[in-house]
Amino acid sequence: MSLFALTLHEASEKLRRREISSVELTEAVLQRIAATDDRVRAYLTLARDSAMEQAKQADARLASGQPSSPLLGVPLAVKDNFLTQGLRTTCASKILGDFMPPYDATAVAKLRAAGAVIVGKTNLDEFAMGSSAENSAFFPTCNPWNLQRIPGGSSGGSAAAVAADQCIAALGTDTGGSIRQPAACCGVVGLKPTYGRVSRYGIIAFASSMDQVGPMTKDTRDSALLLQALAGHDPADSTSSNHAVADYSAALTGEVKNLRIGVPKEYFVGGMQPEVEKSVREAIRQFEQAGAKIEEISLPHTEYAVAVYYIVATAEASSNLARYDGMRFGHRADAKDLTETYMISRDEGFGSEVKRRIMLGTYVLSAGYYDAYYLKAQRVRRLIKEDFDNAFKRCDVIVTPTAPTTAFKIGEKTSDPLQMYLSDIYTISINLAGLPALSLPCGLDNNNLPIGLQIIGKHFDEATVLRVADSYEQETNWHNQKPKL
Amino acid sequence: MNYEPVIGLEVHAQLLTASKIFCGCSTQFGREPNANTCPVCCGFPGVLPVLNKKVVEFAIKAGLATHCEITRSSVLARKNYFYPDLPKGYQISQYELPICQNGYVEFDLNGATKRVRLTRIHMEEDAGKNIHDAHGDSSLVDLNRAGVPLLEIVSEPDMGATEEAGAYLRTLRAILQYLAICDGNMEEGSFRCDANISVRPVGTEALGTKIEIKNLNSFRAVERAIEFEIQRQSETLDDGGSLVQETRLWDEHREETRSMRSKESAHDYRYFPDPDLLPLVVPESWIDEVRAGLPELPAARRQRFGAEYGLPSYDAELLTSRKDVADYFENAVKIHANPKALSNWIVGDLFRVLKDRKLDEQLYIKTWPLPAPRLAELVQLIDQGKINGKIAKSIFEELLDSDKTAQQIVSEKGLEQVSDSGSIEAAIDKVLAANGKQVEQFRAGNDKVFGFIVGQVMKATQGKANPQKVNEILRDKLK
Amino acid sequence: MSGPGEWHWQRPYVKNFSMKLTRASVQRVATLARLRLTDDEESALTGQLEQILGYMDKLNELDTANVELFSHAMDSANALREDRVANQPNTEALLANAPERDETFFRVPKIIE
Repeated sequence: MSLFALTLHEASEKLRRREISSVELTEAVLQRIAATDDRVRAYLTLARDSAMEQAKQADARLASGQPSSPLLGVPLAVKDNFLTQGLRTTCASKILGDFMPPYDATAVAKLRAAGAVIVGKTNLDEFAMGSSAENSAFFPTCNPWNLQRIPGGSSGGSAAAVAADQCIAALGTDTGGSIRQPAACCGVVGLKPTYGRVSRYGIIAFASSMDQVGPMTKDTRDSALLLQALAGHDPADSTSSNHAVADYSAALTGEVKNLRIGVPKEYFVGGMQPEVEKSVREAIRQFEQAGAKIEEISLPHTEYAVAVYYIVATAEASSNLARYDGMRFGHRADAKDLTETYMISRDEGFGSEVKRRIMLGTYVLSAGYYDAYYLKAQRVRRLIKEDFDNAFKRCDVIVTPTAPTTAFKIGEKTSDPLQMYLSDIYTISINLAGLPALSLPCGLDNNNLPIGLQIIGKHFDEATVLRVADSYEQETNWHNQKPKL
Repeated sequence: MNYEPVIGLEVHAQLLTASKIFCGCSTQFGREPNANTCPVCCGFPGVLPVLNKKVVEFAIKAGLATHCEITRSSVLARKNYFYPDLPKGYQISQYELPICQNGYVEFDLNGATKRVRLTRIHMEEDAGKNIHDAHGDSSLVDLNRAGVPLLEIVSEPDMGATEEAGAYLRTLRAILQYLAICDGNMEEGSFRCDANISVRPVGTEALGTKIEIKNLNSFRAVERAIEFEIQRQSETLDDGGSLVQETRLWDEHREETRSMRSKESAHDYRYFPDPDLLPLVVPESWIDEVRAGLPELPAARRQRFGAEYGLPSYDAELLTSRKDVADYFENAVKIHANPKALSNWIVGDLFRVLKDRKLDEQLYIKTWPLPAPRLAELVQLIDQGKINGKIAKSIFEELLDSDKTAQQIVSEKGLEQVSDSGSIEAAIDKVLAANGKQVEQFRAGNDKVFGFIVGQVMKATQGKANPQKVNEILRDKLK
Repeated sequence: MSGPGEWHWQRPYVKNFSMKLTRASVQRVATLARLRLTDDEESALTGQLEQILGYMDKLNELDTANVELFSHAMDSANALREDRVANQPNTEALLANAPERDETFFRVPKIIE
């Protein structure tokens, strides 16, 4: 088996036993990127030299035999909306120019402290706004399962890189499904932790009340390992939680007996691709056979989630993106005065989807519309959260499809923004409510495209979500399927 | 027509914290441009704010000292607008649910107590500084001040005269200085004021068009700008013109307000709660703790100085206008209980020295040119008849920056007052003998020469004679 | 071209929404957001925003008069820091990305008050 195909826990094990070195592993991954990335286009920036340097340092630490993180010496990819000191960060936007971050995101600093090797920065929809990675200002990333298809978004580069074995694991961010939906599209495991579980410090903000960092991995065990390294309170992020961090690997008991699994009836209405529904129903049957109790539940305000999300997220984004003004960093247009400098720099620097969302967000916050849109949405958001609070009185996890369809074709939906927004229907409620949720592969459709199963947990109960996902992997083989590249 | 002004003031008070409101950068004034900055206060991608606890504590202090209700769950909001000194493109401030609401400030003016209501006090971050004139086609931005904590203190339009606005500002500044939360320095911009002014015909109720004036960076500027604006608005109305609601800038040199060209046309700040910050919940226990630590405030102390020390209100007002001075006075009174004499020395001689040495620019003087116990001793020597007032004045100057006590100087220089009748009589006799002409004039009814003769006697005793005794004996002899 | 294996997702929740948005109000919002829009962009955006905002009017189906505002996904409050100077100034690193600088100032187009 090629080294690049290893999972994180396998690689970690081999490194620890000194069967392989981090330099060998990192070289294998870099060669795999060289061999495949002209087709997949997952990476925006490669960090070959620093990665090899980090691998050498990791090997020295491994040789010392001192206790270390399972990430030590493991080559990882990082979505290009995390700030990486000394490594160009673009957020897939022209507005940042050749921005060189003066500091590391907390999540990146944790990876570095653990001794992980950062091989590069992955492509995304500009400012994480999109569901297809087509909104990158540089180029679209292709789905390794079918290069004519989108890899999902916004963490499309990270998902494609994991699926194509161009890294051992990757970091993504998820504001409305941006980890889970590309994970589903690319047949990998993506976990969005509870809001506040992982520090947001140093990730380029899209919608502050929903952005969350999470692992994108080849299996659930890897997800647990990576989350372990990322989770915990950060004094630099007021919204990061003091809630105790569980032992996620220890939670993977394979046991789901008597676990109550909720299935929301509102998620199985018209519009779902038939193979998606079939695979998800099949997965639910498997849980039942393993001893879980299946409960039909209701999340009555589901149909309002898209509207609420696109009001709240764009309002926050319109304000978060005001700092890209060409004054202190990033692209500055040559213009006749200050006002024109603002307007032209931002016109030239932002892509059309980002502009659309800034316009929408500015509109819903503006005088005369704030109550009707923003405040209204925040009230309905409470109803959506209460739907989950009520549902979780009757179940321990909720199982749904991750996306209504498998990966669509590149260019298929770009002309219809609302249609694109509606493809987030199954993931965005979870961000609105701040819950943890994971997507893992549960099948392939008639076009041999991966199907994702979403497992939603209670606040800060990532351990149960991971346990359920891992038990499914123990019974099935979907997570071991690889695209032919 | 006769118009009366309606004035409301918005004060921005920079808080005396060590670090900025949302990051660990220093607030120190006068550093090299952008020396006190970090990714957070420069609004870099990815950064997040974390609220400084002391800012909240200071806001609660200010609220309690001005009779405000403290909001139990208060919200920090984003005020969105573009400006080069505003790094994030929004200012973190408070909009709905500010930390303090519905307070008031009282002061005495022309023999009556005036109350000005406060609408709100809220916390916010300061912006950076733009330097405009340096280079023809560009401006320079220094973000050292960006993120320095401010309290915005908003009054109701309760002031009906310029002098009320002045008195309100001075009272408010004294309160903040007593609380040691703001140094109140208007020139350096740590205590800034915007004024909202409208006029209406005397005797009417409806408010006129409100004009906001910015750039008022001294008490004088506030008063002159308000006067100017009252006149401008009255004349405009008298000429049949109408006023538009706008923001005007006070021009210090030309002593006039002028309309601001660029900014104000289409303001829509799109306030919304900052999702990066959690709601600020202030429990009762925190408020109690802050309340327990509040110092006695100027108004209460002024009253007490009148009642306890029998001081006239003028003295009490001056002594309590600064906390350090009031503390100084009370330290001195403890050693020598002659409040009025001490007050005279403090508001006269001591204040002159403070002003000369610019010590009055300090928020709280810790090292005095003459410590309170030593001033008390000086006054004590006078009251004991050991020195006279004139000698005391010269000793006062010698005591400044000296280790010696007043008694030491008196002994060393033989300055002790001469009170025994024998010595004084001898001196008088000599003077009378030498000034026969003046004695004759006096006896002829010219009272004015009496002072001259006293002066000669004092001169003969090197100023040490007890002036009262000299008077008595001389009158006797000249009968 | 949909072959037998091809499947196109029907819009489950989209009805025909209408909401009128004037070009002037789109221009006003663009100015607030400091975005220059070409005529084409402006007209395209007007249509798209009409459609999206029309869809959002769906929220008016719900009576939320007695629903409290959502404030935060977490129940906690008061993340506060102690008042300590903690930063090592690194002005150079911050100025390194500046489009223009002048000594240790950021240089920007002339500001007119």
